[in-house]
Amino acid sequence: MSAYIEDDHTEDGINRRGFLKCMAWAGTGAFFVLQGGVLKSFAMSDVSKRSAKELKGELSFVQISDSHIGFNKPANPDVLATLNAAIEKINSLDVPPAFLLHTGDLTHLSKAEEFDTLEQSLKALKTDRIFYVPGEHDVLNDNGQQYRDRFAKGTKGDGWYSFEHSGTHFIGLVNVMNLKAGGLGNLGTDQLEWLEQDVKHVKSSTPIVLFAHIPLWSVYPDWGWGTDDSAQALSYLKRFGSVTVLNGHIHQTMQKVEGKVTFHTAMSTAFPQPAPGSAPSPGPMKVPDDKLRSLLGITNVNQIRGKHSLAIIDSPLAG
Amino acid sequence: MLIAIAGLALLGFGLLSSVHGEGGTDAPLTADQPNLPTSSVAIDNFSFSPVSITVPVGTTLTWTNRDDIPHTVVSDDQKFKSKALDTDEKFSFTFTEPGAYSYFCSIHPKMVAKVIVEGAK
Repeated sequence: MSAYIEDDHTEDGINRRGFLKCMAWAGTGAFFVLQGGVLKSFAMSDVSKRSAKELKGELSFVQISDSHIGFNKPANPDVLATLNAAIEKINSLDVPPAFLLHTGDLTHLSKAEEFDTLEQSLKALKTDRIFYVPGEHDVLNDNGQQYRDRFAKGTKGDGWYSFEHSGTHFIGLVNVMNLKAGGLGNLGTDQLEWLEQDVKHVKSSTPIVLFAHIPLWSVYPDWGWGTDDSAQALSYLKRFGSVTVLNGHIHQTMQKVEGKVTFHTAMSTAFPQPAPGSAPSPGPMKVPDDKLRSLLGITNVNQIRGKHSLAIIDSPLAG
Repeated sequence: MLIAIAGLALLGFGLLSSVHGEGGTDAPLTADQPNLPTSSVAIDNFSFSPVSITVPVGTTLTWTNRDDIPHTVVSDDQKFKSKALDTDEKFSFTFTEPGAYSYFCSIHPKMVAKVIVEGAK
């Protein structure tokens, strides 16, 4: 399926109809470029016509999410196989990513053997640097101690941190701890105070990438798909020219642009979940076997040289 | 078309097999067992069922997770707190004090429910 942008009178690559068609492409090969606050999109077929050089910017990385190692029920009794398929896909990308972001729910039940299996699997990744943030399934029973011992060395508090790469400032946040009854995701005052200080001396022209497990925008509060105090966090980033927020948790792609902030959620590598409100609950969505891999996938993020933007490409494991 | 039907059938089966809600007293009294009431709450489809249950003081309440996702049972005041319960796992707590106990699932905090314990201490 390709909704090619045919009406391109102003040569900016977009028209309203095309834009709306593109927003319906959740989970298929969609290539988005944010330019000066305006979302541009291209069909995957068009992307292949552009040279790898053009797509190869100063920065290229991949996000995966929700591998849920340990889950063994319909629609996917073998989440390890689909994780390995995702790794294979990453290893065969034209432009090798500089690193991998895993936005949480690494495991399903926070069991030691599940963490072990995940770490073992990721050894097959050609990319040697992996950055993590935990999901709520990674901090069960031990308040996240195992997760932090394995993946959060050098981080603050429950595992938040920041780093620079290719002139971009990356911030990993933890919003799955100390959840309150009836609430959504939660960052907490310690983390918010740290965040405010962390970005204080970063130049406004530096692109920011924020990543956390639960969406930092209100996707669907009834299902817990949002973060109670994310507005506070985003208020510290108001002055920045480009902010990209990468999340997981909802096991489907969804995107929203609000001024200079692009919010994006990734597919899971384990199992899909229903669209907001389309099912009684946000549990695993059972689909026919031959449809499963079209609803699981990876997200490729590229900074295009010369462009004040990050291009976000979601691609499914199959079809 | 066939795939769509198969998909719908699978979904239908999934929904049917998850409607299991149980509540109320169900344990028979035996000769060697003093009058210890028991009661049960089912966890399914991201909800506790019944969402509000009233029991006499001294009741042992047992939660059973029938969902295909793990859940926990945690009282707001932390008086009782289960580990993560996978499908078919159970958690029990004996209420020795009357009162209203609000609780939730700490993994999916939108799941809230209540136990009302009646009677003298």
